[in-house]
Amino acid sequence: MLEIKNLHVSVEGKKILKGLNLTVNAGEVHSIMGPNGSGKSTLASVLAGRDGYEVTEGQVLYRGEDLLGMAPEERAHEGVFLAFQYPVEIPGVGSIQFLTAALNAIREHRGLEELDALDALKLFKDKIKALHVSDELLGRSVNEGFSGGEKKKNEIFQMAVLEPTLAVLDETDSGLDIDALRIVAEGVNALRSPERAFLVITHYQRLLSYIVPDFVHVLVNGRIVRSGEKELALHLEEYGYAWAGQRDPTGVGSG
Amino acid sequence: MLGVGNWVTDGDGRVTGKVKNSQGLEAYLESFKKLENGAGGPEWLRPMRRAAIARSSELGFPTVRDEDWKFTNLAPLSKRAFAPAAGADVTLEDLAPFVFRGQESARLVFVNGRYQPQLSDSCAQPGGVLACNLGQSLQLQPELVKLHLAQYLDYENDFFAALNTAFVEDGGFVYVPDGVVVERPVHLIYVSSETPAPSVTHPRNLIVVGEAAEGAVVEEYVSLGGEEYFTNAMTEIVAGPSAVLEHYRVQRESRKAFNVGTVRVEQSRSSNVACHAVHLGGGLVRNNVHPVLAGAGAECLINGLFLPAGKQHIDNFMRVEHVSPHCGSRQFYNGILNGSASGVFSGRIIVHKDAQKTDAKQTNRNLLLTDEAQMDSKPQLEIYADDVKCTHGATIGQLDDDAIFYLRARGVPEQTARTLLLFGFAAENLERMRQAPIRGYVENLVTEWLPHGEVLKKLR
Repeated sequence: MLEIKNLHVSVEGKKILKGLNLTVNAGEVHSIMGPNGSGKSTLASVLAGRDGYEVTEGQVLYRGEDLLGMAPEERAHEGVFLAFQYPVEIPGVGSIQFLTAALNAIREHRGLEELDALDALKLFKDKIKALHVSDELLGRSVNEGFSGGEKKKNEIFQMAVLEPTLAVLDETDSGLDIDALRIVAEGVNALRSPERAFLVITHYQRLLSYIVPDFVHVLVNGRIVRSGEKELALHLEEYGYAWAGQRDPTGVGSG
Repeated sequence: MLGVGNWVTDGDGRVTGKVKNSQGLEAYLESFKKLENGAGGPEWLRPMRRAAIARSSELGFPTVRDEDWKFTNLAPLSKRAFAPAAGADVTLEDLAPFVFRGQESARLVFVNGRYQPQLSDSCAQPGGVLACNLGQSLQLQPELVKLHLAQYLDYENDFFAALNTAFVEDGGFVYVPDGVVVERPVHLIYVSSETPAPSVTHPRNLIVVGEAAEGAVVEEYVSLGGEEYFTNAMTEIVAGPSAVLEHYRVQRESRKAFNVGTVRVEQSRSSNVACHAVHLGGGLVRNNVHPVLAGAGAECLINGLFLPAGKQHIDNFMRVEHVSPHCGSRQFYNGILNGSASGVFSGRIIVHKDAQKTDAKQTNRNLLLTDEAQMDSKPQLEIYADDVKCTHGATIGQLDDDAIFYLRARGVPEQTARTLLLFGFAAENLERMRQAPIRGYVENLVTEWLPHGEVLKKLR
C-alpha cells in the first residue's frame, strides 16, 4: 500500500530524512519510534503534503501512485489521513460544518452521494458515541479551547468518520492520560481491517501495549536503523535508542 | 488564526494636503437659509439648530491634518454640493429583503430621510413602549425628548454632529420605560432611492432605555436605486441604571455613497449596552462609536465587522470613555479587506481620573485578501487613573497557512478551506450578536459577500 524508497527530505536547507525506506502492506500496523529530532514528524508531514518540506531524493508510492505529486486534499480523497501532533484551533468554524465539508468532499471523490446535514449529524453522533467521547465537542468550533486530550480524541473521531485507508498517527499518544490513551487505541483498533494500514509514530512504548503493531521501526537521525516485531519496542524501552543505533548502525531491512 | 501579527501603534498618513471645503459647506449654509434659518420643529430646538449651523461653519470639514481624520480624506465629500433629498415612492414589496417578518416588535421606515407611516409598523401607545418617528415623539413624550435630544452628541466640536443637529428633521425614537423588557428588536430602515441630484439626509435617532429596562434596536441603511448620496446619521442612546440594550447598525449603502454615522451612548450605573456594527456598503464610510460609561459598574461591548471591497474606504473610529469606577468595556473589531479597499481602525480608550478598577480591552484583527488592500490600525490609550486594566492588540495579516493545511489534509478543497476560514473569522463577531434573527440575517449577508461564499450554503 505504501512504499517509501530512499526518501531524502530537507527543511529550510537542513537535511532531516536521509534515505528512509519503508514498505507498509494493507492490513498491517507499523510503529515508528525514535528520539526527538530523528525525523518522525517530518515523515508524517511529508506524507500528508505539508508545505515547506523539500524532497531532494527518493519517492513515495501509495497504492502504486506517486503520493508526493498529489495536493493534500487529493491525498485525503485517496484515503490518506494524518492525525496531527498539534491539531490546529480554528475559531468560528463549527466542527460539524468542517467535518461535513470534509466528508462530502471525500464521498464525492468516491462516487458516493453527498450526505445532507441531518444524515451527516446522525453519522457524527453515532461515531462519537462509539468512541465514548462526549458529543458536546460537536457543538464547538474546531479544536477551539480544547484540552490536549480533547484535541487528540477529536483527531481519532475525525478518523473514525472519514474511514481512511492509510492512517498516520503523529505522536497522538503524547501527553495523554491513560483513559484518553485507551480511547485513542480503541479508535484505531476498531478500524483495523485487512484493507487498511496504520503508521503509528510514537515516542513511547506505552501506546503499543494497546495498539499492538505488526512491525516496529527505529528512526534515528533520518534513517531507519532497526526494524523488528513488537518485542523491539520493549527492548527500546529498556536499553534506549542509542542501543538500537549501535547494534545495527547501517539500518538494514524494513518491515 | 492570523499568520502574521504586528502591533500597530501609529500609521503613516498616506493622504495629505489641505482640503478646500468651501463649496460643499456653502451648499449646507444655503440650505439652512432656505429652511428659514432653522425654524422647523419645536421652539426649544431652534436656538440649538442655529448654534449648530454656526459651529459647522466655523469648524468646517475635517482634514487629514486633524489627528482624528488622519487616514480619511474627505475631499470627495467636502467638494460636493448635495441637495436636500426629495421624496420617493417605495412599496412594502421593495422592502421585502430587509424586513424580518414577524420577528420585529416595530418597524420604522424612512425613505430619503422622511418617515413613511404607510410602510411602518410603529408602536405608539401613550405611557408605554414607544417606537415612532421623532415628530410623533414630540407629541407623545415632549419632555423626554427635550431632556435628551442633542444633549450628548458634541456639536460644539464635531462637524458632522453639528451639521446633523442643524438639519435635524426626522429619525427614530425608541423608548422603553423603567422595568419593561422588549424582547424583539425595533427595526429602523433608512432607504435611499434614486433622486434627480445627489442628495443628503441627516437621520437622527434617540433611544432611551429606562431603569432595569431591556430592548434591542436595529438601524439599517440601504439603497434602493440610490447611487451617489450622503447619509449623515446620528444616534443618541441613553441607558438608565441597570438598563440592557443591544444596538445594531447594518450599513448596506450603495458603493458610491458617503456614510458618516455616529452612535453616542450615555450609560448610567450598572447598565449594559452592546453596539454591534456590520459595514458592507458605502464608498466612503466613517463609523463613530462613542460610549461614555458615566455610572459605576456600567459595561459596554463594541462588536463590529467591516468588509470593504473594490475601492471602498471604511474608517472605524472608537472612543470609549470610562468616567466612573468598576466599568468594563470590550471592543472587538474584525475587518476583511478585498480588492483595493482601505480600512481604518482607531480605538481610543480614555480612562478619567475617578475611573478606578476600569477593565478595558480592545482587539482589532484584519485580513487582507489582496496586495492592494490597505489597513491602518491605531490604538490609543489615555489613562488618568492608576488602578486600571487596559489591553489592546491589533493584527493585520493573511489567513493562517496551518489552518488551511489542516482543512485540506481532511479533504476540504483549498478554495472551500479559505472560504470556511474567512467565514470563521467573521463568525467570531457574529456569535456575539444575541438577537438570533439579526444574526441570521447578517450571516447571510456575509456569506454572499465572501469569495465563493456559496459553498457555505450547503454546510449550514
